[in-house]
Amino acid sequence: MLLITCPWCGPRAEIEFRCGGEAHIARPDPATASDADWERYLFLRENAKGVTLERWWHVHGCRRWFNAARDTTTEEFLAFYRMGEPPPATLRARLGR
Amino acid sequence: MVNDAYRRGRSAAPSHGTMQRYSIFSLARNALTGHRNWQAAWRSPEPRPAYEVVIVGGGGHGLATAYYLAKEHGITNVAVLEKGWLGGGNTGRNTTVVRSNYLYDESAAIYEHSMKLWEGLAQELNYNVMFSQRGVLMLAHGSHDEQVLKRHIHADRLNGIDNEWLTPAQAKAFCPPLNIGKELRYPVTGAALQRRGGTARHDAVAWGYARGADARGVDIIQNCAVTGVRRDGDRVVGVETTRGYIAAGKVGVVAAGHTSVVMAMAGLRMPIESVPLQALVSEPVKPVFPCVAMSNAIHAYISQSDKGELVIGAGTDQYVSYGQRGSFHIAEHTLEAIVELFPIFSRLRMLRQWAGIVDCTPDRSPILARTPVRGLYVNCGWGTGGFKATPGSGHVFAHTIARDEPHPINAPFTLERFRTGRLIDEAAAAAVAH
Ligand SMILES: Cc1cc2nc3c(=O)[nH]c(=O)nc-3n(C[C@H](O)[C@H](O)[C@H](O)COP(=O)(O)OP(=O)(O)OC[C@H]3O[C@@H](n4cnc5c(N)ncnc54)[C@H](O)[C@@H]3O)c2cc1C
Repeated sequence: MLLITCPWCGPRAEIEFRCGGEAHIARPDPATASDADWERYLFLRENAKGVTLERWWHVHGCRRWFNAARDTTTEEFLAFYRMGEPPPATLRARLGR
Repeated sequence: MVNDAYRRGRSAAPSHGTMQRYSIFSLARNALTGHRNWQAAWRSPEPRPAYEVVIVGGGGHGLATAYYLAKEHGITNVAVLEKGWLGGGNTGRNTTVVRSNYLYDESAAIYEHSMKLWEGLAQELNYNVMFSQRGVLMLAHGSHDEQVLKRHIHADRLNGIDNEWLTPAQAKAFCPPLNIGKELRYPVTGAALQRRGGTARHDAVAWGYARGADARGVDIIQNCAVTGVRRDGDRVVGVETTRGYIAAGKVGVVAAGHTSVVMAMAGLRMPIESVPLQALVSEPVKPVFPCVAMSNAIHAYISQSDKGELVIGAGTDQYVSYGQRGSFHIAEHTLEAIVELFPIFSRLRMLRQWAGIVDCTPDRSPILARTPVRGLYVNCGWGTGGFKATPGSGHVFAHTIARDEPHPINAPFTLERFRTGRLIDEAAAAAVAH
């Protein structure tokens, strides 16, 4: 079971949370989006082995969403940050972005 | 055409002169010499600089693909590259449930194709895969479950697949440890039974296909991880490995949980998420559990291995991971359901727990297809339930690679369906998908 730090409530057990999958996937503009855009948005995933950025929902707590950076080989969390914020600068180099 | 293939399969003996055949006589002969003279089941050759076909991943599906490439298509200049040991991925970690009672026509066709191959597989491979058609019982706990399972039964029958409805009393007669009492939080209100379903020995399937492929000239190379996929424009030309560069006319990626990682080497992003799926076994006990029983609604499934251990499958973790562990609360959730359905097991001790990394597609159906890179093929997305499909998957994927076009059975399982929207939505149909 993971120990997850909600930016509002602090560290809590994983069973209070739902994982919302890969973060920072922008919804395409329906007026102009092609089938390939929808495919990318709905279905294609980085599925990274290593550091991944993902969304979590504190469903059995404050019920707010937030972002996290986690290493998918060790389950270690490297950062927690709020919705709408970019990943911390310290991580961006490691992610190559 | 399909029926022909099954018949051919049953009668065909491996043709290679040097393969030692297994039989009661070879067993007796080797017993006399203290079992010291058994020949290795496959060679361990050095990789050659080039192959006609390279298969990435030595699980059951990759090995079956190589076997059928050699046997059905005469393509023997083939290497299977495995980064660890044969079957050390999900093949050797799964709970071995085999069934074909799927809802949609496309799925029914591919899983039933497999079921028919299972039924002759031990003879086909001259290898005891311990396929046991002990029956798979799927429990209903209320009117919604009943409707779903009955819909499956009718759909299956229309597809020529056995599946029948049992009352709670009939289910208990078939599976005596089952608790059909009214005191359950979710009482059993009926069950669907596929009598031809059952279990098989997971390692034996990998080893049997490996031995059969090797006997036909396929090179099986373990401890050889693919680290890069080399392209020339839109064509694949070979793979970088921990044992050097290997050129290849065609490359088939059959890497299960690591599909996204390998396909990224070729510059492709996949509709896949890799998550841990876990299982556990109890201490061994005398034969007590005669079938496979599963409950989608309260999430539990169980069978008994020939060693006597109860084999219990739990659910997936909720996040992407390559950690092969599986969280405790997931196992706990399943065990709660198991002891309620089968109270006689409440004092058994659990012996081992493990996880595999399963490759889940958005519609929970597999992908067996060509890719936008010419000469590069992918067989993946079997997720939590692909062991049962091993023979059929290898059979049609070999066809796809050999002919550069899909077999009619895997034609719907494209990569493009996530663009066109023509999904095969077993996700909505299955729940416990093993
Ligand atoms: C706990 C658990 C229970 C399950 N229960 C069932 C069940 O009851 N019934 C059922 O039908 N299915 C079940 N499944 C699913 C089933 O195990 C899989 O769908 C199936 O075994 C996949 O076979 P495969 O050959 O594609 O994959 P694998 O056996 O995982 O083989 C893929 C291979 O690729 C290798 N590989 C990966 N990357 C590389 C690389 N870069 N270079 C070289 N090699 C590489 C891996 O080491 C691995 O050996 C279960 C799975 C798990 C984890």
